[in-house]
Formats: sequence, structure tokens, C-alpha cells
Amino acid sequence: MNTNEIYTRSEPASVVGGRSAGSGMYDVVHEDAEHRPYANQAGAVACEVGYNFAYLDEQTKRMIRRGLLKAVAVPGYQVPFGGREMPLPYGWGTGGMQLTAAILGADDVLKVIDQGADDTTNAVSIRRFFARTAGVKTTTRTPEATVIQTRHRIPETPLTNDQIMVYQVPIPEPLRFIEPSETETRTMHALEDYGVMHVKLYEDIATFGHIATSYAYPVTVDERYVMDPSPIPKFDNPKLHMSPALMLFGAGREKRLYAVPPFTRVVSLDFDDHPFAIQSWDECCAFCGSRESYLDELIIDDAGSKRFVCSDTDYCMQRRDAEEEGAQ
Amino acid sequence: MSAAEKLQLHNEPVQPLFSVRDLTLLYGPEKGCQGVSFDLYPGEVLGIVGESGSGKSTLLSLLSGRCPPDRGTVSYRNSDGRLVDLYSASEAQRRTLLRTEWGFVEQNPRDGLRMGVSAGANIGERLMAQGVRHYGELRAAGIDWLSQVEIDPLRIDDLPRTFSGGMQQRLQIARNLVSSPRLIFMDEPTGGLDVSVQARLLDLLRGLVRELDLAVVIVTHDLAVARLLADRLMVMRRSHVVEAGLTDQILDDPQHPYSQLLVSSVLQP
Repeated sequence: MNTNEIYTRSEPASVVGGRSAGSGMYDVVHEDAEHRPYANQAGAVACEVGYNFAYLDEQTKRMIRRGLLKAVAVPGYQVPFGGREMPLPYGWGTGGMQLTAAILGADDVLKVIDQGADDTTNAVSIRRFFARTAGVKTTTRTPEATVIQTRHRIPETPLTNDQIMVYQVPIPEPLRFIEPSETETRTMHALEDYGVMHVKLYEDIATFGHIATSYAYPVTVDERYVMDPSPIPKFDNPKLHMSPALMLFGAGREKRLYAVPPFTRVVSLDFDDHPFAIQSWDECCAFCGSRESYLDELIIDDAGSKRFVCSDTDYCMQRRDAEEEGAQ
Repeated sequence: MSAAEKLQLHNEPVQPLFSVRDLTLLYGPEKGCQGVSFDLYPGEVLGIVGESGSGKSTLLSLLSGRCPPDRGTVSYRNSDGRLVDLYSASEAQRRTLLRTEWGFVEQNPRDGLRMGVSAGANIGERLMAQGVRHYGELRAAGIDWLSQVEIDPLRIDDLPRTFSGGMQQRLQIARNLVSSPRLIFMDEPTGGLDVSVQARLLDLLRGLVRELDLAVVIVTHDLAVARLLADRLMVMRRSHVVEAGLTDQILDDPQHPYSQLLVSSVLQP
């Protein structure tokens, strides 16, 4: 899709995400300045009127920012916050969206990825949501983005210190699978009582012969809190370690947020005789030929033949563009 | 060490492992337990008997740090020889004690086991909590303890719910003993088991207690269990300890009317 296209509808103040009766088309419109008070100078952006900047009201955003400050001060600690209803269901990224809304400024450039791709339903609708309610520029190119909201992946392109990653987290509590009680898990975090975390890894080895946990792989942040890095594949865990970018995690249903500040030690849990290892593939990407990136397996016909392609579409695209340029 | 030195060592007074003074928690008049004091020495088995509602389980949860008392103290001499006051220690210390030097065998093994993970993981959990990060060692400990409690080591990867009641209870005991504790609390460990399984479990327990030199506080309403395991008995009734003494003494020559009633109401086959 076209990277810098901003979608909006001609009728102002209609319901976000709703269909207008006349045209179902979204097209670029040029409204007068009064209708887009937060539009940034760079792009031709028009946003919905009748909504506060980035949908949430200012008090809510301040509350979330206070929570974020605490989360950054105590890396990996889950800070409760007063989660708001967002105009989409829980599980679709409400936690991440509230964090994004709280940190977004008028001159930010937003990228949203879902399963590594910029063109999946969730990514497209969240990107459009912020383009319309905040009027910010959006992009699919990782190096151009200042705020990246994601569910499953950390981009393959290395992040920089002026970028912020926002993760959508389904279950923020890494101890939940073994300890259903919230008061108990909080005490366990407070007392650094993390022995049970290894019980799960033990079970994996006992059952499969290796640590089979492949996503939401628990990590220790700054040698203190054990944290669930949201459903990113363990392939991406090493990218959390000493990352120059700020990482923010938001769980909308559970109303928790937590953070990994830049240049923080993040260590994946493991056993001495079964060390942590990331996934690897014998194949390379069918489009760009990358052997370093995380690959998705695609079944391409009824005979079950498969191909592997990069899960990070932007990375794949960049490599192909570079190849074409090289060919010319 | 010369014989004289040995004698010297032997003559030194043994310090109590566990001291309880005036322990009281009342839910209402005569409900709960009050004014309980005793000393427990290393390797000693103390039985607490009494009817339902006499405060046995309340006493046990006070002793094991599960709920704070209205008044009274519980102190424990840890492996460094320092005396720890249970309820003025921090929660972190209390938890560390509970998963290292202490064990708690629940009446219902489902409360004491993690039913969702395999037998091996159940046994290894305490070790992992203590920082053992070597899968091979955990595995070896699991196999060793399964055979010590007479469970087929081949079943190490089976879930506890596929085990029979007696096996679950033995697994729970293994899970507690793996950290080589010095003090074990047991709440009716043979409750809900049939007689022959009870007998085997008691036999196993008696062997392990002697072999590992464990101090045990065991709550039971079954006098046969008390006679088999306990060195000393405390008889409780309506929140008070009505009689305390050596097991044989109490069972053969009960002094308090209630103890007499208790002993006489055991069916003689």
C-alpha cells in the first residue's frame, strides 16, 4: 500500500470506523485549519473534528503518562492504570492504543504492525484511527517512524534511540499460568519469588526434549522483575536486550502497563544445560532471500508445498527495493 | 574426636528447634486455640489429637506461619543456629523458611501439589525456587525421590491427577522432602485413604522421619496414627490443650477425662 497516504472521510464528526451512508470511500480531503487543529506541518493531514487529540481526553492521557513514568522508573514492574473503553474490542490492541494515544505528539510519525505486517486488518485500522483522531503522519517504513505500535514483532531493522515501541499485551502476568491468584502473584513479584517460572520450562523439556515455548518467552528485566514480553516470538527476545529504543507495554483488558527503558539488560530465562536459543530456518525468504529474519511458513497448494517469507513486510520490501536499485 | 569430647558434646543441653509460647487465636469464646506452649526438639515427632473443631488445624496454621496469632510467639532455630521469631520476621524470610527448611503436607494432596504439571516438576519446584538451574540435576532429584517414596520412576512425566490418592500423598511428601527440610507439618496425612494404603504410607513416613532425623508436627484425629508416629502427644479440646505428654503415657494411662473418653472410644477389633 501507499506509505504516506492518509485516509479520512469527508463528513466531519461521524463515528470512527463507521460507514457513511453515501460513499464508503475513504479519500484524502483538504479541510480548513479550523477542522484540523492538530495537523502537523509536514503532511496534508485531515482529522475528525469532535474528538480530542488522539481520541482520549487530556486527564486520561495524563493518568497514563504518570503510570508510564512509574513503569520506566521500575523496569518490568506492572503498573495498574485506569484503562478506558476504546472503540474496538478487548484483545484487538486497546492497551497499546491507550499508550500510543498518551505519548503521541502532533509531529510524531506512527507505524503499526500486526504479525510483522503493515497491511493486516488490525494494523490498518489502528493506523487509520490515529491518522483520523490525531492527524499524525503514518508510515510503514521502520526508520521513519517515531512511534511503532506492535502486537507480535519487533522490526528487523534495528531501532534507534528516538523511537518508542508500544506493545499490545494480552496477558501481562508471566506467573499467571501457574498461579491464578492476583494477590499471590503480586507477592511473588514483590519478594522476587520466581522459582515457579522454571517449572514451565522444565515441563517443556520433560515433554518435548527442548524448551518449546516459542512466544511470550519470559525474561528477567534489569536483574529484578520477571516480565512477559507480550506475544513476540522468542526470536525477538534478544532485540529487547540493551535496545536503544524505549519499550512500552500496555494490556487493556487487564489494565496494566510496564516498560523496558533504553539500554536495559533483558535476559531470557533458561537452564544451564538447556540454554536459551532462538528459532532458525533452513530456508530463506522466497521474496527477498533473507536468512536473518523471522520467517512465516505459507502453504501454497493442496499438495502441502510450502514457502517461507519474511514476517516483517517492511524489511522484506526494503531489501527488495535495494536489490532492484542495485540491478539498475 | 576423643570419647571424652563425645561425652562432652552429648551432655550439652540440646536446644529446642521450635518454641511456642502462649499461642492464641480465637474466632469466638472457646473457638480456635489459646494458651498453647511447647518446645519441639530436632528429630522429635509431636502429635496433636482432638475432636473436630477443637482447634487442631488452627494451631497448625499458626505454627506454620499461615495466619498471625492474636498473641503469643513462635520461634524457630534455623540451620545457622539463630532464633527466628516467625511473626516478627519479614514475609520474605517466612516464605524462604517455608520452602527450604520447612515442609507442609496437606490433608488433601490436591492442595499441596500443582496438579497441572508433571510429578517431576512438582518435585523439582522447591529446588528451582532455591536457584537450581540445571535440568539434569532436577531430573535426577525427581527420579531419586520418586523411588524413595515408592513410586515407579518411569512415571516422572505423568500428571499427578493420573495418580491414585495414596500415590498423590506420597508425591506430596517427596515434593516437601526434596529440599531436605528440618521440620515438617502434617495435617491428617492419611485422611481419606483406605486402611491398607494408610498402613503403607505410615510405614514410609516412619522410615523417612527416622532416616532424615525430621522434626514433625502432625495433626490427626486417628489415635492409631498418633501411636505409630508420634513421640509426644497433645490432646486438644475446645481450644485448650487439656493434656500433653509421651504418647504411650497418654494412650495407656490418660489422666484428663476427655483423654480417657478419646482413648476408650477407639474401636478394638
